[in-house]
Amino acid sequence: MASVFGAAVKRREDPRLITGNGRYTDDIQLPGMLYAAILRSPYAHARIRSIHVEKARQLPGVVAVFTGSDVAGKVGPIPTAWLPPNSGIKTPAHPPLAVDKVRYVGDGVAMVVAESRYIARDALDLIEVDYEVLPVVVDPEKAMAEGAPLVHDDVPGNVAFHWEAGGDPAPAFEQAEVVIRHRFRQQRLVPNPMEPRAAVAQYNAGSGDMTLWVTSQNPHIHRVLLSNILGIPEHKLRIVAVDVGGGFGCKIPCYADEALVAFAARELGRPVKWTEDRREHFLATTHGRDEVIDAELAGKRDGTMLGLRVRMVANMGAYLSTAAPGVPTILFGLITVGPYKIPYAHTEVYGVFTNTTPTDAYRGAGRPEATYVIERMADLFAKEIGMDPVEVRKKNLIPAEEFPYTTPLGLQYDSGNYHGALQKALDMLDYDRLRKEQEQLRAQGRYIGIGWSTYVEICGLGPSQVAGAVGFQGGLWESATVRVHPGGKVTVFTGTSPHGQGEETTFAQIVADRFGIPIEDVEVVHGDTDRIAMGWGTYGSRTTPVGGNAIAIAADRVLEKARKIAAHMLEVAEDDVEFTGGMFKVKGVPGRQVKFQDVVLQAYLAWNLPPGVEPGLEAQAFYDPVNFCYPFGAHACVTEVDPETGEIKILRYVAVDDCGPVINPMIVEGQVHGGVVQGIGQALWEGAVYDDEGQLVTGSFMDYAMPKARFFPKFETAHTVTPAPHNPLGVKGIGETGTIAATPAVVNSVVDALRPFGVTDLEMPLTPEKIWKITHGREAR
Amino acid sequence: MIPSAFAYERAQSVRDAVRLLESHQGEAKILSGGHSLIPLLKLRLTSPSVLIDIGGLSELRGISAGEDQVVVGALTTHAEVANSPVIKEKLPLLAEAARQIGDLQVRNRGTVGGSLAHADPASDLPAVALALDAVLTLEGPDGRNEIPIGDFILGPLLTALGGSDVVVSISFPIPKGRWKGAYEKYPHPASGYAVVGVAAVLAVDGGGLIREARVGITGAADTPYRAREVEAALIGKPADEETIRQAAEQADAEGSFSGDLFASADYRRHLCKVYARRALARALP
Ligand SMILES: Cc1cc2nc3c(=O)[nH]c(=O)nc-3n(C[C@H](O)[C@H](O)[C@H](O)COP(=O)(O)OP(=O)(O)OC[C@H]3O[C@@H](n4cnc5c(N)ncnc54)[C@H](O)[C@@H]3O)c2cc1C
Repeated sequence: MASVFGAAVKRREDPRLITGNGRYTDDIQLPGMLYAAILRSPYAHARIRSIHVEKARQLPGVVAVFTGSDVAGKVGPIPTAWLPPNSGIKTPAHPPLAVDKVRYVGDGVAMVVAESRYIARDALDLIEVDYEVLPVVVDPEKAMAEGAPLVHDDVPGNVAFHWEAGGDPAPAFEQAEVVIRHRFRQQRLVPNPMEPRAAVAQYNAGSGDMTLWVTSQNPHIHRVLLSNILGIPEHKLRIVAVDVGGGFGCKIPCYADEALVAFAARELGRPVKWTEDRREHFLATTHGRDEVIDAELAGKRDGTMLGLRVRMVANMGAYLSTAAPGVPTILFGLITVGPYKIPYAHTEVYGVFTNTTPTDAYRGAGRPEATYVIERMADLFAKEIGMDPVEVRKKNLIPAEEFPYTTPLGLQYDSGNYHGALQKALDMLDYDRLRKEQEQLRAQGRYIGIGWSTYVEICGLGPSQVAGAVGFQGGLWESATVRVHPGGKVTVFTGTSPHGQGEETTFAQIVADRFGIPIEDVEVVHGDTDRIAMGWGTYGSRTTPVGGNAIAIAADRVLEKARKIAAHMLEVAEDDVEFTGGMFKVKGVPGRQVKFQDVVLQAYLAWNLPPGVEPGLEAQAFYDPVNFCYPFGAHACVTEVDPETGEIKILRYVAVDDCGPVINPMIVEGQVHGGVVQGIGQALWEGAVYDDEGQLVTGSFMDYAMPKARFFPKFETAHTVTPAPHNPLGVKGIGETGTIAATPAVVNSVVDALRPFGVTDLEMPLTPEKIWKITHGREAR
Repeated sequence: MIPSAFAYERAQSVRDAVRLLESHQGEAKILSGGHSLIPLLKLRLTSPSVLIDIGGLSELRGISAGEDQVVVGALTTHAEVANSPVIKEKLPLLAEAARQIGDLQVRNRGTVGGSLAHADPASDLPAVALALDAVLTLEGPDGRNEIPIGDFILGPLLTALGGSDVVVSISFPIPKGRWKGAYEKYPHPASGYAVVGVAAVLAVDGGGLIREARVGITGAADTPYRAREVEAALIGKPADEETIRQAAEQADAEGSFSGDLFASADYRRHLCKVYARRALARALP
C-alpha cells in the first residue's frame, strides 16, 4: 500500500462545505432565539454626554437594550493576553461597551436584543447618543508627538509599550563601507475572511451551563478569557467553533461582542445570536499591519552585510487586542535579520494608541513586515554597490552547514538549505535568460521587472517556557487524543482549531499512515471545548508542527500498547513483533500475523490481555515543542509595467518553499497559493485608509480592493525538503509563508521594472496612479 | 446591512407595474435584478416602502434583431446579452461590454434595463448605448414613448425616467456600411466597475475616410458622456493610427472630472485619452 503520508488526498472537509452542509455559527438556529445588534460609534473620539434608549426599548419586538453602564460590573473588561516583558506595557481597561468615551469609529456603545435581526437593526436608529466630539489622532507618529490628543488619559504620549531586542550594532556601523538608510510603511490591512464574525449563546438556567458558538481560531483560549470576563467557571462554559470560514488572525482575539451575547443570553434566559455584517467587519474587527519602520543596514562593498538597526512605530489602534503586542515585538522584532548572516542587529519597537480600530495578527503577523524590510534593504544595498540582487543574497544567506544557527537576536534557526531553495527558484525562472530578455524589451519600451524574496519565518512557537519568557499569557504546547474504537475506526481529537486549512485531511493522513488503515477510517474532531480537553488553537502556522506532532505521538502510544497485545496474541516476545502495512507480524515467520483491527477488538473484549495491560485503546499526548520551526524559501515575481497608464501585470510567480516533509502536496500548494495572493494583495491593491477625523474611507468592497483570481497568472510552485530536526514528523508550517514572502518579491519586481525611471522605492499599495506619476514625470521631461 | 421593512408587490404586466407605481406615489421602486437596488436598501441609502417586482414579466425579456436595429428587452440579463449569437454578430461591442460587467452572478441577475435606469456613472452599458445612439422605450401612465440615451441619462444616478415610468426595452441601431466597434475598460480593482470605459464606433466610406464616429465614455467623469470633440476630429479623416492618436487627445474635453481615493481627476483625464485611443484602434474597420 502506497503511503498516505505525502499523498495528494483531496480535502475531506470540502464536500461538506461546498454543498452547504457545513455548520457555521450563523447556521445555528435555536428555539426562542433572539438577535442582537450593536450600536457603534460614528466618531473616532468623543465623550458620551448621554444615551437615551427609551424609544428603542419601546419598539415592538425589542426585548432589551444594554448600554455600557448597564453591563459595567457584570461583563468584565476585554483583556490583553500577550504582554512582552520589559516593555513597560500599559493595558488601559477596555470596557465591553463604551462608558464615558468612544475611542474609534466602530467602538461599541449599546446593544439591542430583539425578536428579529431586522427589528434589532431598526432599533439602533432609535438610540439617541449625545457626543462631545474630541480631537482625533490616527497616525502613530503624530500620536507620540508632544501635545497630541490622548486616547487614554492615563497613557502619556499614547505609548502602549516600548520594546527592544539584540545588542548594540555600533561595531558593524563603524566597520561599514556602505550604510543604507530607509523608511518603510506597512499600510493597514483588513483581514476579510469570507465568513464574518458571529456568536450564538445558549444558557441553561437549570444547570448553569453556558454554550457559546463563536467564530474563533482558538476556542479554548476563548473559554479561558470569557470565563474571566463573564464570571462563569470553565467547566460550565462550552465554546464551539467547528466550521469557521477563515480567520487570517482576526478570529484569534476575544471581542466584546461575544461576551455581550453570552451575557444577554444569561440575562434574558433565551438564546441570542449576533452576526457581524461586512460594514461592521471593516470597522469593528481587528486590522493588520500599519507600521512605520526605519531601517539601517551596514555593509561592505563586496556585498557583505554587517549589521542591522530597525526601529518600528506600530499603530495598535484604540485598545490592545488579545495577541496584538506580540506581533510587532516577538513576531517582527526577533526576525528582522531574515535568512542572512548578519552579525549585529538591534530592534526597537514602539506600540502606540490611536483613534483607530485595534490591530492584531493578520496572516504572517510581524514576519511579513520583517521580511519586507530586509528584502527591500537587500535590494537597495545591491543597487548601491552595483551587484545583482541574487548575488547579494547568495553572499549573505546562512550556509546549510551552519545550522543550527544562532542569530544576534537570540533565535536558534533549526535547519535550512537556503542556497538550495534559491538555486531551485533560479533554475525554474531561468534567471540569466530572463535578465537578457529584460534588456531587450527595455530597448523596445517595455518595462519588465524581476523581484526576489528569500525568506525565513518563525512558526509553531514553543516550548511553553519560551512562550512565558516572551510574555504570551498561555502555553504553546498542543494536545491530541487518538481513540481507536472497537471496530478499528479512529477518532482523533486535536486542540488546534483548523478553520479552512485542511487538517481534517492531513491529520487523518498522519494517523492512517501510522496505523496502516484507510484514511476513511479516521475522523478528526476539533473546535469544541466539551469534546477536547484543552488546546491552544490555530494561528502562527502551529497547527501541523505542534498539533500534528501531538497526534503522531499519541498514535505511537496507541501502537505501543497494541504491539503488546499483538505479541500476546501471537505468543511471542514484543521484540519479535514488527508492524507494517496494518499487520503485526512475527519477524522471520511469514504468515504469522494479526491485523491491526483484530488487535483493537481484543483490546476492548479484554478476554485475553497480557498481564498488567488495561482494556481499551486510546492515548493522549501533550506535546510541547522543543524549538520554534523555521520554514524558508525563495520567491520570484516577474511583472510588467505599462508606462502609459501605470498598470502592473504579474507575468510569472515562482515559489520555492521548504516546510520539511510534505504531508499533502495539494493542501500545501493551496496554502502557498492563498498566502501568495494575500501577500500580493498588500503589495498592489489593499490598504485601509483613515481620514483626519478617523473615518475609515475604505469601508467596503467597493473601495477596499481584495485580490481576485483573475488578477493572477498560474503560480509555479516547488519544494525543497529540509526536516525540522526537533520534532517527530520533521514538519514545519506552511500556512503563512506565501504572505510573508510575496509582498517584497512583488515590490522588488516593480521597482526593478522602473529602474530606467530612476526609481529606488515605492510605497504600497502600488496603485497605477502612483506608477503613472513616475513614468509620466519622465515623459514630460 | 439590514434593510428597513418594505412591502412587496408582484406586477402582473407592465401596465400593472405602472399602475402600482402611480398608486404608491413615489414611495415605490421597481425591482429587476436587484443587484443595484438591494445593496442600496441594505445600506439604508434608500428606503422605499414598496418594491414592485417585474422579474416575472416575460414580455420584458428577450432579444430581437431586425435589419436596422437590435431590440433588447429591459429584463434581459447581462449574461444573455454577452452570450447572444445575434448580438455577437450584429453588435459585438455590446456583447463585449456585457461580458465585462461584474462577475458571473452579477451578469446572471443584473439586467440591461436596470443598469440604464439606475444610471451608475461607472456602469458599463451607458458607454455602449451612447456610442450606438440607443433609444429607450418607456411606458408610463400616458402610454409608451421613446427617448434617446443622450436625453435619458441626466447625471449620476439621475435619469429622465418619470416617477411612474418603466423601461420596456432598448433599441440599438446597427450602424450602416463598413463599420466596427470596440469597448475598452479599466476596471476598478475593488468594485470591478469602470474607472474608465470607452465604447467606440467607426464607419468608413469607400475612400477609407471616416464617415461616422461615435465615442461614449463612462466611469471617468461624473456622468457618462459622448466625446464629441473626439468624434469631430475623426470625421472625414483617413481611418488610421495617426488620426486616432490625435483625436483621442480630446477625450477629456467634455465631462466634469473629480478625483477619488483611487484615481485623481488628472489621472482620469489621462486614462480617458489612452482608453479612447485603444478603443478606437480596435474599432478601425
Ligand atoms: C458585485 C457587483 C458588481 C457589479 N459590477 C458592475 C460592473 O462592473 N459594471 C456595471 O455596469 N454594473 C455592475 N454592477 C451592477 C449590475 O450591472 C446591476 O445589475 C445593474 O446596474 C442594475 O440592474 P438590476 O436589474 O440589478 O437592477 P435593480 O437593482 O433591480 O434596479 C436598479 C434601479 O433601477 C430601477 N429599475 C430597474 N429596472 C427598471 C425598469 N425596467 N424600469 C424602470 N426602473 C427600473 C430600480 O427601481 C432601481 O432603482 C455590479 C453589481 C454588483 C452587485
